Amino acid sequence: MSSPNPSPPPTIPVLGPGHNYASITDKISDIVLQFRAPIRWFLGFVVGFTLLQGLLLAIYMLLFKGVGVWGINIPVGWGFDIINFVWWIGIGHAGTLISAILLLFRQQWRTSINRAAEAMTLFAVACALLFPIFHTGRPWLAAYWLLPYPNTMGVWPQFRSPLIWDVFAVSTYGTVSALFWFTGLIPDLATMRDRARTRVGQVIYGALALGWRGSARHWQIYETAYLILAGLSTPLVLSVHTVVSFDFAVSLLPGWHATIFPPYFVAGAIYSGFAMVLTLLIPMRSIYGLQDMITLRHLENMAKIMLVTGLIVFYGYMMEAFFAWYSANEFEKYMIYNRTTGPYWYMYWTLIFCNGFVPQLLWFKRIRLNVGILFLISIIVNIGMWLERYVIIVTSLHRDFLPSSWGMYQGSRYDWSFYLGTMGLFLTLFYLFIRVLPMIAMFEMRMLLPGGGNTPKDSH
Amino acid sequence: MRDIDLSAIRARLAKQDGTGQTGPAFWRSLDEVAETPEFAAMLHREFPEGASEFTDPAGRRDFLRLMGASIALAGAAACTRQPTEHIVPYVKAPEDLVPGKPLFFATAMPFAGTAVPVLVESHMGRPTKIEPNPEHPFTHGGTDLFAQASVLELYDPDRSQTVMGKGEIRPWSELSLALTSAGAGQKGAGGGGLRILSGAVTSPTLAAQIQGLLTAMPQAKWIQYEAIGNDNARAGSKLAFGDYLEPVYRLDQADVILSLDADLLDAGAGKLRYARDFATRRQVVPGQTAMNRLYVAESSPSNTGSKSDHRLSLKAREIPALAGAIAAGLGVAGAAGQAPASATAFATEVVKDLQAHRGRALVVAGERQPAAVHALAHAMNAALGSVGTTVVYTQTPQANPGEGFAGLRDLVNEMNAGTVAVLVILGANPVFTAPSDLKFASAMGKVPLSVHLGLHRDETAAHSQWHVPETHYLETWSDARTGDGTVTVCQPLIEPMYECRSAHELVAALSGEIKTPLEIVQGFWKANWDGRSASAGAGGAFGKLTDTTGVDFATFEKFWRRVLHDGFVPGTAFAPKPVALAAGAVAAAPAAAAVSPASSGVVPNSSDTSVGGLEVTFHADPSVYDGRFANNGWLQELPKPFDKVCWDNVAYISPRTAEQLGVGERKPVVYGVEVYLANLTVNGHTLQVPLWIMPGQPDGSIALHLGYGRTHAGRIGNGLGYNANFFRYSSTPWVLQGASLTLLDQIYNVACTQGHFQMENRALIRVGTRTQFEHDPTFAQHMAHVPKPDESMYAPWKYEGHAWGMAIDLNSCNGCNACVVACVAENNIPVVGKLQVMKGREMHWLRIDRYWEGSPDAPSVHFQPVACQQCENAPCEVVCPVGATVHSDEGLNDMVYNRCVGTRYCSHNCPYKVRRFNFLLYADWDTPTLKMQRNPDVTVRSRGVMEKCTYCVQRINTARQQAKIEDRKIKDGEIVTACEAACPTQAIVFGDLNDKNSRVAKAHADPRSYGLLAELNTRPRTTYLAAVRNPNTALTPEPAGPATGGHH
Repeated sequence: MSSPNPSPPPTIPVLGPGHNYASITDKISDIVLQFRAPIRWFLGFVVGFTLLQGLLLAIYMLLFKGVGVWGINIPVGWGFDIINFVWWIGIGHAGTLISAILLLFRQQWRTSINRAAEAMTLFAVACALLFPIFHTGRPWLAAYWLLPYPNTMGVWPQFRSPLIWDVFAVSTYGTVSALFWFTGLIPDLATMRDRARTRVGQVIYGALALGWRGSARHWQIYETAYLILAGLSTPLVLSVHTVVSFDFAVSLLPGWHATIFPPYFVAGAIYSGFAMVLTLLIPMRSIYGLQDMITLRHLENMAKIMLVTGLIVFYGYMMEAFFAWYSANEFEKYMIYNRTTGPYWYMYWTLIFCNGFVPQLLWFKRIRLNVGILFLISIIVNIGMWLERYVIIVTSLHRDFLPSSWGMYQGSRYDWSFYLGTMGLFLTLFYLFIRVLPMIAMFEMRMLLPGGGNTPKDSH
Repeated sequence: MRDIDLSAIRARLAKQDGTGQTGPAFWRSLDEVAETPEFAAMLHREFPEGASEFTDPAGRRDFLRLMGASIALAGAAACTRQPTEHIVPYVKAPEDLVPGKPLFFATAMPFAGTAVPVLVESHMGRPTKIEPNPEHPFTHGGTDLFAQASVLELYDPDRSQTVMGKGEIRPWSELSLALTSAGAGQKGAGGGGLRILSGAVTSPTLAAQIQGLLTAMPQAKWIQYEAIGNDNARAGSKLAFGDYLEPVYRLDQADVILSLDADLLDAGAGKLRYARDFATRRQVVPGQTAMNRLYVAESSPSNTGSKSDHRLSLKAREIPALAGAIAAGLGVAGAAGQAPASATAFATEVVKDLQAHRGRALVVAGERQPAAVHALAHAMNAALGSVGTTVVYTQTPQANPGEGFAGLRDLVNEMNAGTVAVLVILGANPVFTAPSDLKFASAMGKVPLSVHLGLHRDETAAHSQWHVPETHYLETWSDARTGDGTVTVCQPLIEPMYECRSAHELVAALSGEIKTPLEIVQGFWKANWDGRSASAGAGGAFGKLTDTTGVDFATFEKFWRRVLHDGFVPGTAFAPKPVALAAGAVAAAPAAAAVSPASSGVVPNSSDTSVGGLEVTFHADPSVYDGRFANNGWLQELPKPFDKVCWDNVAYISPRTAEQLGVGERKPVVYGVEVYLANLTVNGHTLQVPLWIMPGQPDGSIALHLGYGRTHAGRIGNGLGYNANFFRYSSTPWVLQGASLTLLDQIYNVACTQGHFQMENRALIRVGTRTQFEHDPTFAQHMAHVPKPDESMYAPWKYEGHAWGMAIDLNSCNGCNACVVACVAENNIPVVGKLQVMKGREMHWLRIDRYWEGSPDAPSVHFQPVACQQCENAPCEVVCPVGATVHSDEGLNDMVYNRCVGTRYCSHNCPYKVRRFNFLLYADWDTPTLKMQRNPDVTVRSRGVMEKCTYCVQRINTARQQAKIEDRKIKDGEIVTACEAACPTQAIVFGDLNDKNSRVAKAHADPRSYGLLAELNTRPRTTYLAAVRNPNTALTPEPAGPATGGHH
């Protein structure tokens, strides 16, 4: 197939050969409407659902006894809670990036993966949102006191606090991502409505399709709305993790107080987001035989983005160390000394291994095209990014200014139960998603067909 | 039941008819008539068969069903209306009682042969807080940590509540009768079988009572025993002067002080006064830098050692030789000794320095040293011409001082011999505290009648036939003497909470008298106040008492009201006694001091993990003393000054000894600090102890702390730590030789609030020498670059009214911990327990940071109390998302508990880490007695909120209200924070920085003043005054570089 991009023509197409309109629609919609769920779907769902029970237990214990069931203390008052929050929010970034920025840049290869990536974004944000609420000492109050609502006491949130900026940033991000995802689903929901065999399916898909008939006017409005939402989402990709990084950068703690944090966090977010997309899509394309639609081209492109963002992140690590030395500030110097040689040295060096060295393998095309190794690298990067937040939060807090107050931290069983529980929530939602919604945008895939009438790349 | 043969019955009835009996023949049942064995059995039983034995399964079920129903009905019946309770105002309000306004009463806490004069804050009849009595002529204010914690002891839910006789609850009348009859029985025998055992008693009334008893029963004996007593000091004074005398030091007069293993500033009867006097002689201002100099040679780190200018770690057995050498150098006749090799320079310089300050020099010996060393110290003071200037001798405050360990040993021998018929134990716990060789518990089994009076049903109570709950000192009348002999009449703040009796009542009961404590105490003073009575006896003749201005009291009523109001009886301090050194006093000394230093080497055993030839020294626990405070949660959770360990005692060994043992550096782990366990073996007995590497501990010496390993302390104190009494023998109660340690391959987790003890070259505690200070008084301000207030983008906020601030003088603080407990008591700070402390969740708003400086073998130690610094640019405030921590217009960093949602971000942004978080529900909302202790002016925090020091904002507001009512400004010194009040050294000053004449404003203007971490531009409202040491340049070459604690 031909590509409008000035870049060298890709050797691997974004859609396998031999497809026509009907085959694409059948292939994707049948997963939901025709096939019984494969046994591997059930296995995955059961794993997710079981882990989800751990989340419920952890929340129950937390509400019943207090945040003391976690491993946090003074000085390390944030542990798994904020580590996981930042991790999940970061993971969410790939979806928006794929949907919005690649759309604006006319990267047609995004088409087959954007739906799943957006869903992943939404579910990751949902998981992330649990932590800011439940990490507080009194979640029942935090849930609404952090929102600016008019009340008779005239009390408002404290707008200088980065945590309040977080509330706005993350809630905006969640809202726009949900809208974007839903808007993109409407034409496909109409397809599902038309193909659904049960009355229930017809009613539900029909209601969600909002009366889509596929008229030219509908398409025109849809395209405009989708572009506007893409435009809105694009700055969010950059702003959300910038604001999240302010939680740290605005404080005066050595290891947090760094101007490099916003770009370094955004790059890290995209890095981990793409790693998570790979972690999810590589098994999914094999379970459902979607190798034609999620091709090696997609995987390779994502690997390239991981390589770029991984290099930015690694540059961030090096700059942290450089400025610790260059600042001649004893607290900063000790911070990096403690990270590299202190009680959590193994965390730091594992992080450097995962995020600094392993991604260098992606320079090699053969590795980029090897699905198994790519999957392994994506898992390693996910672990590395979790460790990065662990290192930033725990090793900065546990030894700060006054040596008298230094302490140690370790997650408790409820920390783990909560963390694995959010993975359960994520998996549960994701498995439900692929069971009830088309996981690949059918109408956009149809546009990729060579004879596809309106050539999508030019009309957008 | 068996079938009844009716025909046989008829036959019997007919037979009766025929026997000529008169009157009708009654029968109760056919069985009776049949004369069945069953009926005969039934007549013998109380209840019919089947009623008391549920042998029939069906019947049992029925019974249970019935019972269940009746219980259910009983429950239903309980759903009646509550009795009407009327809330009415007082018809006749008690005088001065204004709800919401606390009252203060003067009294004193009797404690181990001394007393701490205090004012007690009382809210609506509930004593809630101990404050010092600043008018007391001896202490002039300041309290210790035990006095601060004693209010919790009053409300301890584990306190003994009922009289127990042989394990059962008994009425007091029964015991009273038993005591009276025992007393009467003994009277016949002259009291030959009566023994009274008490702690050191300073109460003139109790002494007179017991003396009266002993007069009536001359064969009876009264033994006073303190586990941490002063036998050696007393024996030393007897050796030196031929009489029991108490040295009273005048540290304000002393220019050079030598302490021989004496914790002058934090132990003993005079510690509050000495700490205060010592601190006043360490105040330096530019141009006036006269300072005293303190030399300390000691066997384990002490608070006094931390304040020294020169500290020498010596094994306890090496100190007599050092004392002998110094005494010889001073020309004390008969003294001789060869100072240990490591101490020769020290000894030479000390001699020079002492001699250069004749009449202004002082030598003090500690209780751990034998009597000979005390005698040497007295002789040295005499040789230095210091008697009368830096030290005076008085009679001992302890009434009728006995022989301590020897007396107890005699008592045990008598008990074992069966000659003790009645043993009355007044407030002591000898089964736990007595040296282990005496086997006090088994001896108690041989006493026919033993009565124990105590606050708790402790180990001794468990071995006594009778146990009587003792009244807490806040519940009863009594009297007590402070270190200088000044008497305080102790008055109750509250009715006894339980069926308690005081020692006065128990002794009265022995004499056959039933009197209230008020009658007894008041009766004593009625007889003694105007010097008319000749019956003063053992209490000491007081002569005619006058008030502080020398005017006679007109009536007893006036006298009584005055002494209760003031908290002391004026004119009862002992007059100095003229002393003359007994001939040959020192001749005995060299013998004791002749322990060869050569024999003190550590013997490494063949195995790598054990060393022998160790010395063991015993120490009072800094928190629970001899174990009497073991059930006090505030004290258990109090980090000890040097190891910062709480909820445990550990065994100190020096870094070098640890190396020999192969013990690595202890490492902070997630749950507290991991330490190694080791077997300590002496004379074939072995005890498992957790090893703690303590810098400054002498090599080859191991320090054990008493007071742990309690089994009957209560729910808090049981089962914590190891019992060091196991190795304590009545012949060697303080120092034991020939111990060996074997390292075990076992780890023990200790709760420690400060696992890291190096300053990491940060200018946190700033210390200079006197020379440095003279050269540049502002040396401390050059150790870090502090941004100026006008370097900010914003104009500084103008504080129109008050601007509260604090200054803490590191030169004065000796790390005694009184402020920490005072803060806990004032601010309703919860106790969280060992596990939570191990997890790093202690709640103390005020902590004392401790850092070592110098080599681990001979370090100096520094203390720094750290609470919220109330920064002007508070980093915590900007990051709180809900505005729960905000700045007041007086510069306070206020915490709004109601608004806090608990994100903990403020704590992360606090560089001082002084914020504390309620991770769980730490406050006790259930125990009724603990509720009574709470300060009603301070919120009891719930789960999930942050808390921290408020500068005692409740006290600021009380003063503000008072000033407003009186239409005046708040005066300097009117607001005294809890920590400031408790501090015996006046290290903490609080006040208004806008008032340029206030003490705190002057302290902030002091050239030594610096802000902790002020280089972060937090602009703390609390500043520290750098410590200035006064080293002898002959011993320490003056450092060429800048003062320690950081770099420019």
